[in-house]
Formats: sequence, structure tokens, C-alpha cells
Amino acid sequence: MNFNILSWLVWVPVAGAIAILFVPRDKGDIIKWMAAGFTGLQVILAAVLWMNFDKDYVGFQFMEKADWIPSFNISYMLGVDGLSIPMVALTALLSFLCVFVSWKIDKAPKGYFSLFLLLDAGMMGVFLALDFFLFYIFWEVMLLPMYFLIGIWGGPQREYAAIKFFLYTLFGSVLMLIAILALYFACGRTFNMIELMQTAPTALGTLSWWGFSGLKVVWILLFIGFAIKVPIFPFHTWLPLAHVEAPTAISVILAGVLLKMGTYGMLRINFPMIPDGTVWFAGALAVLALINVIWGALCALAQTDLKKMVAYSSINHMGYVMLGMAAVVAAGPQHGSNSAAAQLGLNGAVLQMFNHGTITAMLFILVGVVYDRVHHRNIDGFGGLASRTPIYAGVVALAWFAGLGLPGLSGFISEAMCFLGAFPVYRTIVMISTLGILLNAAYFLWSYQRIFLGKLNEKYADLEEINGRELFTVIPLAILVILLGVYPSPMIDVMKATMAHIVELVQVSPLLSVN
Amino acid sequence: MGNIQSISYFIPELIVTATVLVAVVADLFTSTRKVHKIGYLVIGGLAIAAFALWLSSPEDSSTLFLGTIVIDPFSRIFKFIFLLATIVAVMMSLNSDELNSVRTGEYYALMAAMVLGMSLMASSVDLIMIYLSIEVVSIVSFILAGYLRTQVRSNEAALKYVIYGAFSSGLMLYGLSLLYGLTGTTKVLELGSAVAALGPGSDLPLTAATILIMAGFGYKVAVVPFHFWTPDVYEGAPTPVTAYLSVAPKAAGFALLIRFFNSVFGEEQPLNGAVWEAIEGVPWQDILMVLAAVTMTVGNLIAIQQDNIKRLLAYSSIAHAGYILMAVPVLSQEGIYAIIFYIIVYLFMQLGAFFLAIVVSNRYETENIDDYSGIGWKSPYIGFFMAIFMFSLTGIPPTAGFIGKMYLFAALINGGSQFYWLAIVGVLNSVISLYYYMRVIKVMYFEGEREKDLYRPVGASAAIILATGIPSIIFGIRWSFLADWVNSSLKFFVSGF
Repeated sequence: MNFNILSWLVWVPVAGAIAILFVPRDKGDIIKWMAAGFTGLQVILAAVLWMNFDKDYVGFQFMEKADWIPSFNISYMLGVDGLSIPMVALTALLSFLCVFVSWKIDKAPKGYFSLFLLLDAGMMGVFLALDFFLFYIFWEVMLLPMYFLIGIWGGPQREYAAIKFFLYTLFGSVLMLIAILALYFACGRTFNMIELMQTAPTALGTLSWWGFSGLKVVWILLFIGFAIKVPIFPFHTWLPLAHVEAPTAISVILAGVLLKMGTYGMLRINFPMIPDGTVWFAGALAVLALINVIWGALCALAQTDLKKMVAYSSINHMGYVMLGMAAVVAAGPQHGSNSAAAQLGLNGAVLQMFNHGTITAMLFILVGVVYDRVHHRNIDGFGGLASRTPIYAGVVALAWFAGLGLPGLSGFISEAMCFLGAFPVYRTIVMISTLGILLNAAYFLWSYQRIFLGKLNEKYADLEEINGRELFTVIPLAILVILLGVYPSPMIDVMKATMAHIVELVQVSPLLSVN
Repeated sequence: MGNIQSISYFIPELIVTATVLVAVVADLFTSTRKVHKIGYLVIGGLAIAAFALWLSSPEDSSTLFLGTIVIDPFSRIFKFIFLLATIVAVMMSLNSDELNSVRTGEYYALMAAMVLGMSLMASSVDLIMIYLSIEVVSIVSFILAGYLRTQVRSNEAALKYVIYGAFSSGLMLYGLSLLYGLTGTTKVLELGSAVAALGPGSDLPLTAATILIMAGFGYKVAVVPFHFWTPDVYEGAPTPVTAYLSVAPKAAGFALLIRFFNSVFGEEQPLNGAVWEAIEGVPWQDILMVLAAVTMTVGNLIAIQQDNIKRLLAYSSIAHAGYILMAVPVLSQEGIYAIIFYIIVYLFMQLGAFFLAIVVSNRYETENIDDYSGIGWKSPYIGFFMAIFMFSLTGIPPTAGFIGKMYLFAALINGGSQFYWLAIVGVLNSVISLYYYMRVIKVMYFEGEREKDLYRPVGASAAIILATGIPSIIFGIRWSFLADWVNSSLKFFVSGF
């Protein structure tokens, strides 16, 4: 293909944001349809990209490169591989659906949808950038619209939530900036990620920071930056607040796409560029994964606010991703050169990233549906809704089951893969984390029971059924959840080659040799 | 070079001097109603000076007036910065309601005089000349700060400024005399080798001299602990003066600081050579590093508590001085490159933010941040650019402030592992600063509703906002032009070069 499809993916939403600024502000419908049009175009582009993607090719495809600031060796460089393409698809899909989720936004729709499209562009840019500087710019640019979207259109505590989110993520990203600059100078002044993947593993060896090996410090600095996004315990406290206060569509984007940036960043940068650091930290990563799984589930169990429960479930689900990632060390001789397990773990992690994106999006959208009607989210404040709104209850049941990892739905496959991949190396940790599944089932089923079963709460005797627009936002996700639950191979095929490559890159670390 | 020959290299400064004199005389013959026209006259004079400077050869490098000042690419770029900052400040003053109550003829003349003093600061290489140029700038600043004669706040500002100024220049003079006593020369270019030849016995007096001299420079750039004058002076002075004082004299102070420390306490050919090391024995690098870390932290922590926009920007300017100071002890071309780049970027964003404070104060009659409530909806134009300036001052891409900070941190990281802790302190300070800068945005946007009648600045006000706002964005996206220009200015004059 000879047109720059990746640039189109990034810049179409920006064009949309600018175009929307020229629409008179009382024309709310036109603005919404324009936003739908631009994100729809992005979905088509993503689909075209997916069709033309060569899944057996190891390395980056559809590369674009142009000089940006030659004096500092910064370039505009985009590319896609098996790790980024599921994320690109997820971003495009969720952005499109979220336009419809936001259909009821009446306060300053022009500003809302412009910022939303900028956010979309920023996310797309993060997943496609291959120049570290460009990556950082996209990473940060995304914060600005997010700050306004939470702060202006959010719930009662929105101001606090917005600034807390901003402070946390900026804290992480400035540390990342230090690491990026350290890599830049250590590896001969380049931001080119492909070059860095080749030179960084050895170049960092000589660096020393206050007596620590520079490699470990750089790894940790990058890790903190990404961990805050994931979020990994103990950096998770911004998440429940931001997710709960944000408007529904923004919660979906936050949980569905933004959290993945953390794990994406680790797989894209920490793993291939600093394999020694990865091996050194893998055990700790597994422990943190365990904490995330158990802690997230226990917190979710304790919530009375439905949206908060869903928010904490994200912490739990991202824990599985990290567990799968930690499995990468299985490929080393020290652990019996079990490449299969390592690849299984990484494939599971990326698949779980995608699946969590679709599942959590459903969860948040469905919470939003009931909130729009009754204006509260207190789990105990409902009761017996199933008899009044059977379709809604059915869709929620599907989403809730997907969330608790019922076999036959997508979440089960990826969680199982993460467990299986990590099992040979972290036997105890995996055994304890399976408890998380049990806890998941507990809070999902318990909340379902309190909301939908039992005697109908008289207050909601004339509750409106889920409408067509809302169903339209959930059904594509539901189809994906079921489809990937019974037949996940198309997705795994796409990422397989790249994951095998990452495993190879980490495997070479001398820390993994037997002695 | 002798006095007569030097004059042909001194034309921009002479034009500035002529502007001052013409403005003073014109003031005598102008009625109060028309006195603001002198502002335009000054702008014209400074523009001609800038043009003359532009015509001068960028590669000229020599000493003038019997070795008291130099011309070199380094001072040339700073002179451009001073001229630009002053022109913007004069334009801001023309659009400020605050100055309507007083006769402003000599106000504009003083601003032009400031340019002369600052140009000399950036180019002096003689201890006496350094002292004189600092005093020219200081005394003019005192008058400007107290220009609103009828207001107690303004008088207080001027008085505090004078007292602190006198005290710190006294300290500096003592430091300079110690240095002269040790080496027997006042020529900065000779001091380097003279200091290097002193031997370890003189380390203590040299260190004392460094600290004392730093008091003078630190006062000019408002480095902690010489910053106590800043908030009161900045709050009391007329807002355009505050904006001006927080940018231009600071830039001049840094020009002097860089040239002085690198020439006196650096070995080899400063700035022009590849190998460039600090002399041993005098821990000036450590002193500057600690000062930088303390300065930005104190500035940021106090800025958090401010409710007045001028005070907030004043304290934040202390923090910015700290960021800039980080790169001085690195002793590398990259460090100085980053400093100059940052000063240019800072000029746009700081003057822009102050000007918006003036516009808001003209229109809504408040300097209190809480009264900014809903301005983002009432005047999207002000809101948008204020947001840009706040993001830029915090250092968030895609704004120019980020690029400036990135260069500073890059210089530190490349400087070696002894600077890493400072880089970490620096980035963490950016996070702290986010909190109070975002407060302004929060008040403007998260409160209030869209209104029917939108306020929109017009004419010269709009032009100033665009002139400061557009570079704040553009230099965050494409800064190659600026980078190349700064890069070509990294040359000091050194004897024998």
C-alpha cells in the first residue's frame, strides 16, 4: 500500500477536531455526526490495515519516516507490528462506539467532541510511534484533553479527580523522560526505537547511577512511568476516582485504552530494550501482579458504588496481564528454556489487554445506561430490575460473566493463557492468583443478584428499557467477546510472531543462563 | 580595541542611548494626553537598534573600549532577547489601564535605558564594568517598580527593592574585591588563568569570593536565598513592569553568570573548546547545583499557596530561574545552549501570561485567581491562550516550554552522573508546578457556564497575545529555526581565539 495509512489513522481525528471547531455551537447534532464520521473513517482505516497486515512478518510494517528536528536527531516515525495492531483496532473501535455513548452530552458539545477526537489521536499516536520522542509527545498530549474531559464533564468530585489523574501521570512521565534521555545519550544520540532495541541492551551496561547499575535505574524509571498508567499497586489510587468521576464514554476510554498503554509501553520498551532489567525484575513483576489481582478483587468486593466496583475490577484484570508478561523468563535456560510457556504468557497478556478493553468497555457502558436513568449507582439501591428490563438484564449478564472469566467468553481464554504461561516459573503465585478468579465471581455475581434479582424495587417500576443507541454501542463488543471466547486464533495469529520475537530478545539476557 | 575604533561596533547601543535621550526630551514637549506616544517612539528606536544589531556581523568577536566589554555571538543573541522583551513590555504598558493615572513619558525612556544596562551586562568582561552595568539595571528597575507614586504598594515595592539591591551589591562588591586582591586583575579574561595559578592555599578565599559574588548575581536572577524581594516587588510594581522584571533582567543576570563562572572558574577555552573542565578546589559547581535545587523547590512550594495571579507568576519565576540555573554548572555547550533556548521560550510564555493577567485586570478588575472563575467560557480567546501559557510554563508538550525543559534535562543527563540527582529534582518540580498552574485553568474552565456576550480582546491587545502565544505553540512543534540560531550563538570571545 502506498498511501500513509498510519499517518491517516493518527491525523484523521485531529482533522475532525479542527473541523468541529468551525461548526456553530448550537448545531449539536451535526457535531456528533461529524465525530461519528471521523471516528468511523478511522475504524475503516484500521480494518484496512488489519486486512493488509502480514501476520508472519517479524518487525514493523507500513513504516513511515520523516525528519522532524535533525539537529537533535528526532524523526517522525510510525510503524505497526503484532503488538500494536490489536491496540490500534481496540482504540479505533472504542473511540467510534464512545461517540455514541456520549450522544447525550449537552454541555458544550463542540468542546467535548473536539477534545475527544484529540484524545483519540493521542492514543493512536502512542501505539504507532516508533520514535521515542514522538512517543513521549503523544503520551503527554493525551493528558491535556483527558484533564479537561474529566474536569469539565465529570461528576461531583471531578476537579479533584482531574488534577489527581494529571499529577499522577505527569509524575510517571517525567521520570520516563529522564530514562528516555539517558537512553538517548547512552545509545549514540538516537530516539529511533528500532535502533534502540539493538543498541540499548549492551550500551546501558556501562552506565552507573549512584552506584546502582544504570540499566536497573533506567528500567525502574520507565517502569514507574508505565506502572502508573496500568495502574500497578501502589500507584493505583488515581484510578477509582478518575474512572468514577469521568463521564461514561471517558471511563470507557480510560479503562479500555489508557490502561493498556502502560503494559504496551513495557512490552514495547522495557522488554526489548533492557532485557537484563526485565529478567531482574520479572519476579517482582509477578508479585505485583498477584497483589493487583487480589487487591483489586477485594476492593471491588467492598464497593457499594457500581462504577467503582467496575473500576477496581480493572486493577484485578490488569494483574493477569502482568502475570502473563512476567512469564517471559520461562524461555531462559535457568527455567528450562521453556519458550512455549513464555510465548503463551505474552500472547495471553496481549490478548488479555484486548479482551479487557472490550469487556470493561461493556461494563462501563452498561453502568452508564442505568445511571442515566436513575442517577445513582448504589448497588443496594436497586433490586429486581430483571423483571422490568429483561433485555438490559440479559446484556448485563453477558458482560458480568465475561468479567468474571466464564469459559466460552473471551476473558477466560486470555486469563487461562496468562496462568498457564506463568505456571512453570511462578507456581505458588499462580496458584494464589487463581483465587482472584473466585473473588471476581463473588463480586460480579453478588452485585448482579442485588441489582437484578429478588423483588422489584417499587421506585423503578417504570424503568425504561435499554434503547437502540445504547444497544448499538454494546453489541459489537458483545460479539467480539463471544467470538474470541470460542475462536481466539485470528487474534493470536496476528500477534504470535511478534511475541516470539520479544521472547527471543529477552531470552538472550546473561542473567538467565544456568550457573 | 581602542575607544574610537570600538564605536563602530557599538552602534546598536548608541541607538538605544539616543532613544533614551530623545524620549526624555520629547517628554518635556508633550502634553499629558498624548504622552503615551513616547511609547511608540521608544518602540521605534528599539526596533531600529534591533535592525542595526541584525546588520552587524554575527561572527564578530572582539574586545571593545580597552578590554572592558566584548562583542561576540553570545552577547549578540542576548541583546536580541533584551530588545524583544523590552519592545513587548512597552507594548504591554501601552495597553495597561494601570498606567493611565501617571505621566508615562520617562517611564518609556527608562525602559530603553534598561536595554542599555542589560546589553552591557551581557557583554562586560571587567569586574568594574560588571558592577556598573548591574547597577544601571538595578537603579532603573527601582524607579520602574515604584512608578505608581500614589500607590502605597508600589512605593513599598521600590523601597524593598532598593534595600535588598543595595545589600546584595555590597556583598558582590566585596566578593569582587577579594578576587581582585587574590589575582591583581579586574579583567575577567585574565582571571581564569590567574585563578588557576593560585594553588590550593587560596581555595578558601576563592570560595568565599564565589559565594559573595553569587549573592549579587543571585539577587538579579532571584535565586533562593536572595529572592525575598521578588514577591512584594512583583506584586507592588505595575504589572507590565513585573512582567518585564521577571524576564529581561533575569536573562541579563544569566548571561553575566554564565560568562563569569565559565571564564573564571573553568579551564581551557570556555565554550569554544571541546575539553572544558572546572578548576579544582573551588566547589562552585556544587554551590550552584544546590542553589538551583533549592530555588526551584522553594519557588514552587510557595507558589502553590498564592491567590494573586501576579504573586503566583512571581514565585513561579523563581522556580524557572532554578530550572535555568541547573544547566550553568554543567559546563558544556549543551548546557548553555539549553539556557539560551529556555530563556527565549520563557520570554514568550511568561510575558504572555502576564499580559493576559493585564487583560483580565483591565476587563474584570481582578488579580485574584478565584475571580477568574468561568473566564474560559466568558472569553474563550483569553481562556485558550492562558491555558497554552500555563501548559507551556509547566512544560507539557506540544508547547515550547516542554522543549526548553527537555533541553535543560538533556544537558544534565549528558553532563555526567553527578548531575542526575538534579535532573530528578527538576522533573519532580515540574510535577509540583503543574498543581498551581492547573489551578488557574481549573478556575477558568471547570467553573462557570457559557455566556451570550463573549469578550474578545481586539487591536493591539490581540496582537500581543498572538505574538506571545503563537511562538509558545510553534516552538513546541517546529523549533529547528530557533535551535539553529541558538546553536550559532554559542561562542564567547576569549583572548587568543
